[in-house]
Amino acid sequence: MAEAAESPGEPGTTSPRPLFAGLSDISISQDIPVEGEITIPMRSRIREFDSSTLNESVQNTIMRDLKAVGKKFMHVLYPRKSNTLLRDWDLWGPLVLCVTLALMLQRGSADSENDGGPQFAEVFVIIWFGAVTITLNSKLLGGNISFFQSLCVLGYCILPLTVALLVCRLVLLAKPGPINFIVRLFVVIMMFAWSIVASTAFLADSQPPNRKALAVYPVFLFYFVISWMILTFTP
Amino acid sequence: MAAVDDLQFEEFGDVATSLAANPDATTINIEGPGETPKRLGPPRGSGREEDDELLGNDDSDKTELLAGQKKSSPFWTFEYYQTFFDVDTYQVFDRIKGSLLPIPGKNFVRLYIRSNPDLYGPFWICATLVFAIAISGNLSNFLIHLGEKTYHYVPEFRKVSIAATIIYAYAWLVPFALWGFLLWRNSKVMNIVSYSFLEIVCVYGYSLFIYIPTAILWIIPQKAVRWILVMMALGISGSVLAMTFWPAVREDNRRVALATIVTIVLLHTLLSVGCLAYFFDAPELDHLPTTAVVPNQTVVAAKSS
Repeated sequence: MAEAAESPGEPGTTSPRPLFAGLSDISISQDIPVEGEITIPMRSRIREFDSSTLNESVQNTIMRDLKAVGKKFMHVLYPRKSNTLLRDWDLWGPLVLCVTLALMLQRGSADSENDGGPQFAEVFVIIWFGAVTITLNSKLLGGNISFFQSLCVLGYCILPLTVALLVCRLVLLAKPGPINFIVRLFVVIMMFAWSIVASTAFLADSQPPNRKALAVYPVFLFYFVISWMILTFTP
Repeated sequence: MAAVDDLQFEEFGDVATSLAANPDATTINIEGPGETPKRLGPPRGSGREEDDELLGNDDSDKTELLAGQKKSSPFWTFEYYQTFFDVDTYQVFDRIKGSLLPIPGKNFVRLYIRSNPDLYGPFWICATLVFAIAISGNLSNFLIHLGEKTYHYVPEFRKVSIAATIIYAYAWLVPFALWGFLLWRNSKVMNIVSYSFLEIVCVYGYSLFIYIPTAILWIIPQKAVRWILVMMALGISGSVLAMTFWPAVREDNRRVALATIVTIVLLHTLLSVGCLAYFFDAPELDHLPTTAVVPNQTVVAAKSS
């Protein structure tokens, strides 16, 4: 250890020394004990709990996941610059929202018309393949967000549109007419803008600055198509 | 004895910030060939030469050296496909502007694409066009049949898939056929200008951009307005295509060259007129849907009874 400390520190050397010249002189002698603690922050606590999640009650497990999902819903409703959505991604929320949307948007199977609203599978496929396409596009443009993080954000930001669909269904119970349509249009436009703002708040930072618009435009198209499906829904 | 702090992992941050803090430190550059021009080199756009001098000459040297090695990743890696999306926002806007303003004598490929064809533009312009046509068709039909009592509005979701098939098939199969044809003619006649498959796909993709505002304006239920829009859109995008491909067939036999250009424009016409006819109902034929709906209702009544 003493040799290594002295060799790079020689002042006034005229000839240029090769890089790392003193490295070969270092030897760890037997009587210097190497000891200490290697701690990796933020990980050790999870490892400690690993064995005990088997012993906890089912309610604890379910409530923990539900709380995580609920926390992310709150983050979507009040979009702030926080990393929770990105760091601890999960796909429960997107699945629940997508299934709700598809169940409510599907037309009845006893419909005699050939052309009508989308089927359950069509809505499901549009949402998931749309999200996958946007994620691939964002990664191909050079963004540094992971695949599932992006899917998570896009799925969670469908929440305002699901709320819009619920409101539209309630409004449609009233008398049909132009006022009915204008109310629905207004609600859908507001929720569409909310979705865009929420998802851009999370996704735009992961793109290189000269390609932000290229990455955000497909998100706009995606939510526009979903909003169109919600607006044109007739029971 | 090593303290706990010495063994913590340390974030060294960006290469640029570390270099700024310690300019004499040696650095090892292990970046791939396609990545350096993106991050350190000046943007490869039209008319940005002043940036070259501002950023220093070594960066432009690097981009020139590495420009020839752009697509060196094997095709099963992700980086290979990233080279097709190597465009910035202003480059996409420039290419769209170039497709809207065909200037005779200015080749779209040479001026805007400049051996950097991208797949971003064609893919997302086609996607937008698919939804624009489907949604505008739906809206226009709704507005035309607004006053009728027997008309029940349906979102006609099936038409989205039909529109997608048509537009994506046109944007990929026609360039493929054209590329094969040009390759065949190149083996017979020495042509000065030859385009790669991706450049042809790029031209076709960007030339479809004019149809997006056209499809939205097709909502107006006047036959004359619609046909004027068709003529204008066809004129602009047809001339972009004709002016791009004329240099590629110019040296060939006169008849073959003319036939190629005429076929390109004809296929383009077919696409636009076909979309107009299929997705948008004619505005004057209001009485037809009522007679079509009534037999449906009698059939439904017969089924339910």
